[in-house]
Amino acid sequence: MNSLNFLVCGVGGQGTVIASDVVAEVGLKAGYHVKKSDVLGLAVRGGSVISHIRWNKEKLHAPMVGTGEVDIMLSFELLEALRRLNFMRESGIVVVNTQKIPPVSVTTGKEEYPSKEEIVQKLQGSVKRVYTVDALKKALELGNSKVVNTVLIGFLSSLIPAEPELWREAIRAFVSPKYLDVNLKAFKAGRKLGGME
Amino acid sequence: MIVLLTGNEAIARGAYEGGVRVACGYPGTPSSEILETVAREYKGEIYAEWSVNEKVAMDAAAGAAYSGIRAMVTTKLVGMNVLSDSLFYLPYTGLEAGLVVVVCDDTGMFSSQNEQDNRWYAILGKVPMLEPCDSQECKDMVVQALQLSEKFDTPFIVRSGMRIAHSKSEVVLGERASNIPKAKDFPRDIAKYNCNALFARNKRQVIYKRFQDLKEFAQTTNLNKVVWQDTDLGIISSGVVYEYAREVFSRASFLKLGMVHPLPGKLIKDFASKVKTVLIVEELDPFLETQIKALGIETRGKDIFPSFDEILPEKMRELAVQAGLIKDGEEKRIIDLGYLPTRAAVFCPGCPHRSTFYVLAKLKVPVTGDIGCYNLGCLPPFNAQHTMGSMGSSVGQLHGVSISGCPEKAVATIGDSTFFHAGMPPLVNMVHNHGKGVVIIMDNSTTAMTGHQDNPGMDQTLMGKPTQRVDIHRLAEAMGAKMVRTVNAFDVKEVEVTLKECLKWDDGPAVMITKGECIFISRNPQPAYTVDLNKCIACETCIKVGCPAVIKAEEIYPKNKRKKAKIDPVLCNGCGVCAQVCATGAIYQTEKLEAKE
Repeated sequence: MNSLNFLVCGVGGQGTVIASDVVAEVGLKAGYHVKKSDVLGLAVRGGSVISHIRWNKEKLHAPMVGTGEVDIMLSFELLEALRRLNFMRESGIVVVNTQKIPPVSVTTGKEEYPSKEEIVQKLQGSVKRVYTVDALKKALELGNSKVVNTVLIGFLSSLIPAEPELWREAIRAFVSPKYLDVNLKAFKAGRKLGGME
Repeated sequence: MIVLLTGNEAIARGAYEGGVRVACGYPGTPSSEILETVAREYKGEIYAEWSVNEKVAMDAAAGAAYSGIRAMVTTKLVGMNVLSDSLFYLPYTGLEAGLVVVVCDDTGMFSSQNEQDNRWYAILGKVPMLEPCDSQECKDMVVQALQLSEKFDTPFIVRSGMRIAHSKSEVVLGERASNIPKAKDFPRDIAKYNCNALFARNKRQVIYKRFQDLKEFAQTTNLNKVVWQDTDLGIISSGVVYEYAREVFSRASFLKLGMVHPLPGKLIKDFASKVKTVLIVEELDPFLETQIKALGIETRGKDIFPSFDEILPEKMRELAVQAGLIKDGEEKRIIDLGYLPTRAAVFCPGCPHRSTFYVLAKLKVPVTGDIGCYNLGCLPPFNAQHTMGSMGSSVGQLHGVSISGCPEKAVATIGDSTFFHAGMPPLVNMVHNHGKGVVIIMDNSTTAMTGHQDNPGMDQTLMGKPTQRVDIHRLAEAMGAKMVRTVNAFDVKEVEVTLKECLKWDDGPAVMITKGECIFISRNPQPAYTVDLNKCIACETCIKVGCPAVIKAEEIYPKNKRKKAKIDPVLCNGCGVCAQVCATGAIYQTEKLEAKE
């Protein structure tokens, strides 16, 4: 594998930036040149958040990727996966958390949130493989709704040929020591959902 | 050692390696993480502070540099407008130790009220400017700027931007400089450090001569680099777009400018003479292009690329193909996604601002607004913050409304940090000049929007040192406001009753302080609320508080055939605003009810 382009997306407050930091760190440790770009918008919660991560054996220039250039999307939210679909290669993989976070435009009845089936179908018709993960359920089982991101990282790690220890190392680097234990459990649970461990 | 750092983290590292001892700034996206990193990683070596505003930060750094230590100021793009007043005297005085101003532009306007190209400040203020293109250069250029600042006896600006600040790339770490200057006896050199016109006039010559020297320096410095490849196309560029251009025009030759003011005229002429077509690739204004054309060089640039918004690689490629500079690539697949619901940022569940905007929307008063999370009050469902311009402008605008003869009594909304930053002078002005209206100071005890930095209303500094809180209520009284009220921001009724009372006040401005901690710093999280579906009549009043945790249930209320409400227990932070507006008392706090049973 000479290069991999990732896209991590979701809703502000879900922990997408830490997830993208982990993906970037693993790339560096696995011997790639790495660049990453976050678009956070406002630093308050509830908006769309997106991170691009590039792994490449050659030296990289731009920190972001364009239309049709993403190999793997990790989406923390159903609608956000659909919103970013045009970044995907036809040969790409989408990992999507089945959590729905309706925007206020939906809760106030101004707009409709598409059904889960509709979204997954659209994703499936556009890329090679779609994995749906109920990361919130797993996180709640572990007793902390905040570890959704680490469950998803665990699932993602099961798809990528990089040593699980590299992922754990990166998680240690970005997670507060207080919550390290539950995050490592969440990582393991995520890998298990991905058929590893 | 190679590590991945964001541009902001790399700038902090550069300050460490370059021997900075004092770093000051005011939080602002995309620059905020620089000082946060300094305070977290280099606390032992560098004193860092959130100053009350950028001008104060600039003066503090100047005082430190006059005292003989290396200093750094950080700001977002618009903070340059605030600090420029002080920056502009510094090329006149010079300094005793290195001084660097780091500005993060926001091309594409992700989180700013305008899209200014801060390179012009270099020309306007006669301050040399460096421009990094990635994290490695962020670190290296801060180190170099400090050295050059001492060599040329002038502050240096390092211009970063959102795509550098919030991107990560590899950085080779170095050591902290040796022989870092320490504070010495304060220089009593009035002719150098007092900008009285008598002395300052003579400095015009010094500045002129300095720029002649800097222009010579620019011809040979390793800050400017040439990459020779195919000479049909020669590209002159700087900053992050240089990186984009290297990918889009992979075979062209490049003159990469790391120093964007002053420009190396001879080097540019020499490069231009060796290529067939010169193309200037820069975002925003034709800053390089105007100056390079003035050297008598024929270029292309803004005839192809727009002077606003980002020019991301994809767009650059598309425009370059249209201009015939490169061959068409493969066709991109565009999937029709249909219409997707928009996702605007909203007040968090448990936000102390929600009640105030609920009341402002209900009372339909004109609201001049300010910069902070509360500007989300301009969006649905409230649509209640009618203006927003720059830091502190809400209070000045309110005064203007009141002296205009406008028949309506208006309200200004301003946060605690913004009030300290630039809201105090206009309030004093209202008192002195008989302005009327209500100034709502929304005190959530933090600088929330930029990531929860401290401000003078808080009891701890950036360095983690306990400090005295400045009491906003007493401050407003001391400024001469005769009507000052502090209310519990989570009590909708108290907010409404007090606001109505303040609106009636006619003896100068009324000040209403809505006190309630931001949910991110709250030390007292509350259990979630629940909707009793037997009592809910689907009137949707609770939905109108615009809380992401209050959503529609599947159950229909038969009389109006609308969906009843429910509350997402994961998102709810238990502020109770929805329960207070509920007409039937259907919303209750989970744990309390269980305790009753």
